[in-house]
Amino acid sequence: MKRPWQGMHPVKRLGWVTLISLAVLAMCVVWDNWGDLLLHTPTTATQITTTETAQTQQASADQIEQGRYLALAGNCMACHTTRGGTPLAGGRRIDTPFGGVYSSNLTPDPATGLGRWSAQDFWQALHRGRSKDARLLAPAFPYNHTSVITRQDSDSIFVWLNTLPPVVQAQPVHTLVWPVGTQPALAVWRSLFFEPSPFQADKSQSAEWNRGAYLVQGLGHCAACHGPRNALGASGPVSDLSGGLMPVVNWYAPDLTREAESGLASTPVTEIVRLLRTGGSSTAQTSGPMGEVVQHSLQHLKETDLHAMAVYLQSRAQSTPQPVPAEVKPSRISLQVATQGAKVYERQCLQCHGEQGEGIQTASGEVAYPALAGNRSVLLSDPTNLVQLVLYGGYGPATAGHPRPFGMPPAVLELQDRDIAAVLTHLRTRWGNQASEVTPLQVNRIRAAQGQ
Amino acid sequence: MRTFSSSQTFTAPRSPAHLDHPPPTRVRQPSAWWIKGLFRSLFWAAAALCAGPLSAQAQAPKRFADDMAERTRACTACHGDQGRAGPDGYYPRLAGKPAGYLHNQLRNFAQGRRHYDLMARLVDPLTDAYLGEMAQYFANLQLPYPTPTANNAITPERLAKGQQLVTQGDAARGLPACTQCHGVRLTGVQPNVPGLLGLPLDYLNAQLGAWQTAQRRAHAPDCMAEIVKRMPAQDLIAVSSWLARQPLPADTRPAERAPAGPALPEALRCGSAPELSATAAKPMNGGKP
Repeated sequence: MKRPWQGMHPVKRLGWVTLISLAVLAMCVVWDNWGDLLLHTPTTATQITTTETAQTQQASADQIEQGRYLALAGNCMACHTTRGGTPLAGGRRIDTPFGGVYSSNLTPDPATGLGRWSAQDFWQALHRGRSKDARLLAPAFPYNHTSVITRQDSDSIFVWLNTLPPVVQAQPVHTLVWPVGTQPALAVWRSLFFEPSPFQADKSQSAEWNRGAYLVQGLGHCAACHGPRNALGASGPVSDLSGGLMPVVNWYAPDLTREAESGLASTPVTEIVRLLRTGGSSTAQTSGPMGEVVQHSLQHLKETDLHAMAVYLQSRAQSTPQPVPAEVKPSRISLQVATQGAKVYERQCLQCHGEQGEGIQTASGEVAYPALAGNRSVLLSDPTNLVQLVLYGGYGPATAGHPRPFGMPPAVLELQDRDIAAVLTHLRTRWGNQASEVTPLQVNRIRAAQGQ
Repeated sequence: MRTFSSSQTFTAPRSPAHLDHPPPTRVRQPSAWWIKGLFRSLFWAAAALCAGPLSAQAQAPKRFADDMAERTRACTACHGDQGRAGPDGYYPRLAGKPAGYLHNQLRNFAQGRRHYDLMARLVDPLTDAYLGEMAQYFANLQLPYPTPTANNAITPERLAKGQQLVTQGDAARGLPACTQCHGVRLTGVQPNVPGLLGLPLDYLNAQLGAWQTAQRRAHAPDCMAEIVKRMPAQDLIAVSSWLARQPLPADTRPAERAPAGPALPEALRCGSAPELSATAAKPMNGGKP
């Protein structure tokens, strides 16, 4: 019997093979992203009706309150609200290395919001990153994390969202570079990097530990910042807390498992809770994007949940083998840089941070100005956060537990890149601190990226 | 050394580069240092040897007070010691302005009605209550004003026109006098209306221009936007030039209430100062976040 490819010209045969392989791959991608819809449509439809009815009847005040709380834990409003806009009406631009993504309107407006969605649709969005119309969502929405959320919690959030006053506000069109935002590109990206990861409890751990893990990996979406991302913007597993440089905004979210970067293994759990709830502890302060998380989300969470998160985070830090600290050779700093750094420090920093980098505490023991000697943030090998803090200054979050923070003046208009580099080098190499020199180029990169 | 203590004038020398030039934005090539490195190293070493003991002596004893002056260092770095205005005309005076006005401006930055990234970054992490406390702190500071220095070229006729608009308005265009809301002495009215004197010409022009292009807004309804819309640029400059030349009256404090006069027309209601309007009883979002 003659097979069809026998006697075919080799080039032609190669062409066919390629074509068929591509078709098979494409079918795999389609199946991977939409396969469940092809299979289960009728059953899903019945499920919707039953769940819906059940839900409408059962949407109790408790469930609504639970939904409100869970939305706070997920910090949904941070992205789904514009500056000065109605909370959760969407429209905020989130800049990514691939262009701008606009958040969607989560209020129950039928035309521009979730008004026509069912709880099942909402669950699909959280669990599979897929919109009501089966459109794949841009992964700026951290659906790898929301896929951890239980169906019950998803339903509660949805029920609460439905109690909000509807706002007519259409979601602007994303401005992603072609072809990144297209459905085929998203489908391929998802096949490579996304799989729903419903929460897997670890039976060997306590209920509290598991609650913490659920919050950190799911709603808290901590690894969205505290985990590394690859060149295509994909992060690792939802439990990967090994630190990451946040693209575009340029802040480094420290490795939460590494003692040298975050100190979680040795910090008492109560102090970790205090940091999460108030933005500051006796030894650490939050700033930048973490300050926003404390301000909008963490300070509103129950003590028990914060405690659970702290227990989980500490256990992760304690169970991660710590790398032996590399022998840091004292940096060879030019005399000019050293002198300039000392000069700028004395003029701009000394009054608050002290002659020996010891910082200032108030009479009540609250950190007014953090110590720089031995400060983990000062010693991070990536000086990004330091440059941000010196350029733009700012306040830590004002929270119920820490309502009147002290602030740092911005230096962006006053100090040149080389002054900032020199003073950062100064405080990274004095008072026993041993970290690498900061170059004017490193400062300039961040100044240029922030457009100031 | 820069000091921000509560009792002294702003004597800290800023770097000359800051006074004379826009903020530096370009990369400074590190390699350039090394070429001249040897000479400079020796020079700086000598300088350090001389300067070290001197600066140690000049070092003021560290003072830390757990108060609002300390908590507003991030503000006074640009707006001058005690908020008496920055040296370059773009960072306005905060001291002695009505607390409601200052608080509304902080809210405007936080909520996107005024645009300055540096301000937004500073106010974003703070609560409305804390911003209000900061506003009250600066409002309570009564400091002397500098002598006006505006000397832009403008004809006496146009200055007179400016004065007329400020003090009488223009009924034909439905323009009230500035004094009707900002007080007869133009030092503002408690709690929400700012004074118009003691401000640099550049700042006045920048704000009026920003209102024209909707870069600066206030709580709706935005009365100043409506007023500026009715004034051609020529008139705005006449008004700002006249204002920037006026010395402060003996009593520089904001008036307790707006002068008695005709009620503001409906079209000029102020969302950020609802008390000015006869129809103020109507619920508006003015004065609230």
